[in-house]
Amino acid sequence: MISFINILLNGLLLGGIYAITAVGLSLQYGVARILNIAHGEFIMFSAFITWMLHTTLGINPLLCLAVAGPLMFVLGYLIQKFLYKTLKDKTPSPAAFEGSSMLLAFGLLFVIQNIAVFIWGNNIEGYTFMAYSVYLGDIRLSANRLVILVLAVLICALFYLFLTRTRPGKAIRAASQDPEAAGLMGVEINRMLALCFALGALMAGFAGVLISLAYQLQTTMGMQYTIIAIIVVVLGGLGSIPGSLIGGFLLGIFGSIVSGIEPGLTMAAYYLLFMVLLLVKPSGIFGR
Amino acid sequence: MKIKANYKKYVIPVIAILVLVLLIALPYFAERSDSRYTIVLFKTILMFTILTLSWALFSGPTGYTSLATAAFYGVGLYTAGVLGRVLPLPVMVLCGGLASFLLAVIIGGITLRLRGIYFAIFTLSSVELIKHVLHWYEITIAGGRGRPVVRVPDTTVFYVLLGILVLLIITSYLLKRSKYGLALSSIGSCEEAAAHIGVNVVTLKVFTFALSSFFMGLAGAIMATGMVYIDCFIAFDLNYSFFPTLMAIFGGMGNIVGPIIGAVVFTYLREILITEFPYVYMFIFGTVMILTIIYLPNGLIGLAESIRRKLLGGKHADTTCRRVN
Repeated sequence: MISFINILLNGLLLGGIYAITAVGLSLQYGVARILNIAHGEFIMFSAFITWMLHTTLGINPLLCLAVAGPLMFVLGYLIQKFLYKTLKDKTPSPAAFEGSSMLLAFGLLFVIQNIAVFIWGNNIEGYTFMAYSVYLGDIRLSANRLVILVLAVLICALFYLFLTRTRPGKAIRAASQDPEAAGLMGVEINRMLALCFALGALMAGFAGVLISLAYQLQTTMGMQYTIIAIIVVVLGGLGSIPGSLIGGFLLGIFGSIVSGIEPGLTMAAYYLLFMVLLLVKPSGIFGR
Repeated sequence: MKIKANYKKYVIPVIAILVLVLLIALPYFAERSDSRYTIVLFKTILMFTILTLSWALFSGPTGYTSLATAAFYGVGLYTAGVLGRVLPLPVMVLCGGLASFLLAVIIGGITLRLRGIYFAIFTLSSVELIKHVLHWYEITIAGGRGRPVVRVPDTTVFYVLLGILVLLIITSYLLKRSKYGLALSSIGSCEEAAAHIGVNVVTLKVFTFALSSFFMGLAGAIMATGMVYIDCFIAFDLNYSFFPTLMAIFGGMGNIVGPIIGAVVFTYLREILITEFPYVYMFIFGTVMILTIIYLPNGLIGLAESIRRKLLGGKHADTTCRRVN
């Protein structure tokens, strides 16, 4: 029984990371139709900024949420404004844009990763933060992972409220449902797309800071998080924030069950789950 | 006018034969000047040319962006690792191709109903799935990490690659000229319409997909003999999926020459960048990639074409159709 609860809790702790990794990508693909393969690179970059600020200047990593997040936001805004918008104007059809925007993201992946390797090298890095245990009855949980879970859920909730309750949030959703009609209603589509991509990058920034609290960092780790984000997004349905949250937790629990049975097959099981899901229900478990 | 048309007909075959003769003679000159690097460089160029052209064989006309190239190439490499000691070289290379062919029939059979981006990410994750399962198998059941490969002289590898490439070019050319080539591009333009006029869409897609993978497998099996050791992280490296796709776009996918030029220029550029600027090569590479996708959507061939049009003046009406959004 204890081991079952343990697996469940570990899954939830892992799921928090997965959820916040996926939220940004979900928004970028759901609204702007950009499958941002470089999403994990934004996460990696922000994680390394946090690591650098903490180890050299001694800044509390949680404060870095306010530094790395906005930095990624600006980066995302500029990339959408200068690269993706030009590409969108030049491609003849939305379907062609999906393909070529993904390839453009590969280019970004190379550029961002190379910059990171150039600055921080290629070693495994990390720091300790709140590395003590909390006891919940008989179950031992590490404090930093608990903090990650709480913050991840909190950030996702705030983001959800932003999208559903505020004016720009509503404009983003309108732009995702029907760009032309939204345009006629006075929503500036291009600004919304830029905002959308920037918000996705902001979420990646937050995810990076949270990941750096408890996990090892490497400048080549981006792709791994991108793939997990894509799996969660497909699991939860495109563009749906609650879907990403639930999808993240489901994948986390699934992952912790599989690694309880055969740790070597965790990644393979993720891919298998993902491929089966793509074949059976590509719109996601919670998709319309 | 007629003389000019006739003369144009022979330009490309003559150039192709000249290049072929030069390539056949290359190892002699390389040996005489004692530069082993030349042969290694040309091996890489030939390998990427094969991957790119066979990728374009399927993905070019149909518009399905396959990112499973690494899976087929990797299966070829691995076949050499498993069978290299048991079988003679030609049989082993053929086995690599056939193994990839079979894998492609399986992957193609279950995935070709997915479209666009879903097809791309499915094929991408199939590479990763194979990599992780194989890695687990090697560690826990076979009890090792990778496999040693029997080495074959570079010159032999070079000639086998050249042979595969010639075969591939002939296959691409014949396929393009045949009614199947036409049917393939009709799938790319509008799949429903193609099915309605009687094209057996599924069989044709799966067969072409498998045919293109066959060549990737051949290339993998022979390239493995140039390495000493392979494991699944070397064999199923995702770069083998990304690079051929980019090279084909870089060159232009409209005809056979485009992917070849794209692969040759791109690989050469990459090798130069790796040796000259090892620390920033990915940065330069990524930048070239981004600029290519934004400013050269039709590749080098498209660029050459538009320059030629500008110089000669517009002889033809613009027949490219644009969907209005």
